[in-house]
Amino acid sequence: MALSKTEVLAGLAEIVNDETGIATEAVQLDKSFTDDLDIDSISMMTIVVNAEDKFGVKIPDEEVKNLITVDDAVSFITNAQ
Amino acid sequence: MTQKIVVTGIGATTPLGGDAQSTWRALLAGESGITTLEQEWIARYEVPVTFAGQAKVKASEVLTPQECKRLDPSSQFALIAAREAWADAGSPEVEPERLAVEFATGIGGVWTLLDAFDTLKEKGPRRVLPMTVPMLMPNGPAAAIGMDISARGGVRTAVSACASSTEAIANALDRLLSGRVDIVVAGGCEAAIHPMPISAFASMHALSKRNDEPARASRPYDVNRDGFVMGEGAGALVLETEAHAKARGAKIYAELVGGSVTSDAHHITAPDPEGNGAARAVIEALEQANAKLEDVIHINAHATSTPVGDIAEYTALKRVFGDHLDKVAISATKSSTGHLLGGAGAIEAIFTVLALHERTAPPTINLEDQDPAIPLDVVVSPRKLPDGPILAISNSFGFGGHNAVIAFRSYEG
Repeated sequence: MALSKTEVLAGLAEIVNDETGIATEAVQLDKSFTDDLDIDSISMMTIVVNAEDKFGVKIPDEEVKNLITVDDAVSFITNAQ
Repeated sequence: MTQKIVVTGIGATTPLGGDAQSTWRALLAGESGITTLEQEWIARYEVPVTFAGQAKVKASEVLTPQECKRLDPSSQFALIAAREAWADAGSPEVEPERLAVEFATGIGGVWTLLDAFDTLKEKGPRRVLPMTVPMLMPNGPAAAIGMDISARGGVRTAVSACASSTEAIANALDRLLSGRVDIVVAGGCEAAIHPMPISAFASMHALSKRNDEPARASRPYDVNRDGFVMGEGAGALVLETEAHAKARGAKIYAELVGGSVTSDAHHITAPDPEGNGAARAVIEALEQANAKLEDVIHINAHATSTPVGDIAEYTALKRVFGDHLDKVAISATKSSTGHLLGGAGAIEAIFTVLALHERTAPPTINLEDQDPAIPLDVVVSPRKLPDGPILAISNSFGFGGHNAVIAFRSYEG
């Protein structure tokens, strides 16, 4: 069964926390991965791979550059399920 | 006038303790850091050797989860030791361009490499994480330290098997004497207690198989020695020009007075039975120290507890020192720590420095029946060293025919 956007956000926040130590509550929809959360490209790729694993989706490399905000990623994953 | 190079900070994480001082105290107390491995892979792969010297304090108890995630275990140990040494030196103010790192490893990020290959086989290339290469590269530990202390004067990694970290310290001496830098953080690390390296070392009959008595397995110079015992951890020293150290009022443990690196060109794993290369390394280090043979009162020997290696080192030492060898207090500290491979020379350099600083040679444990072919004066309980200026050397030799020797002198101000 597909997860809701809220559930995807919660799951993604856990992945971000695990990789970077950023508090889960700081991972909010309007935040930018690079500008607000200071996540570098290597961490971003790790997060993407872990998100693919966790949510059972495929996030193509060419799509990753479009995932600017947390909302971008959550929406992509929610729709891709 | 030649610049003096001094030791102003030490740090270590070893099978005996999570820092340099607790390691040293455990060493003096005659403890063994060797224990039975409880990991599930011992049974799964039926690994022929079931014990090793595991780090007394887990890196995960010291570093943040993110640091652990982004660093191979070898780099984790390196960072712990280097931070301790740096703090011990008083976190010196130094121009970043005049601060360098010389940090060695024998094997590099073997856990990362093999875990990533398992991931590739089981889950495919997409799951091989992007940090894999910076984590597995042998210069990873040096680079992690360099970033941590903002060293911009060069970050280098000597790789010469079990001679690696002694070579790194010898290289640091050269670097400091070149006048290009004021401080070098030098040392080495290893984290190879993994079923593959254990199996590989066991295949070449290099490891002790005393599975039922792990604490008694590492027994350099004993007639019943049957191989070395793998250890893990790291050691780091802050090396500094005397002028820079004095200008900032730093405490000084000892003076690094000589270092030499030679090679046998004899056999890929066996030491030259004549000990030519090893002897030459000792002589060159003492020449650089401007020391006489008779000045040497203590040696921290390489002494890994292999049947052949211990005799080869003795042969080399006898050639160099002749009758004076009878007057030299020999410590084989791998009896307590196991063999940290690329980290061995670094922790033994620290032991040598502390032996001079505290004027106490550390004991060699498990020497029950000394090999008559190796008639050395082996220290078996902590031994007081004389007052006044004293000099000691530390030897390391590695597969590939690498010989590295460093010499320290007590610091008299």
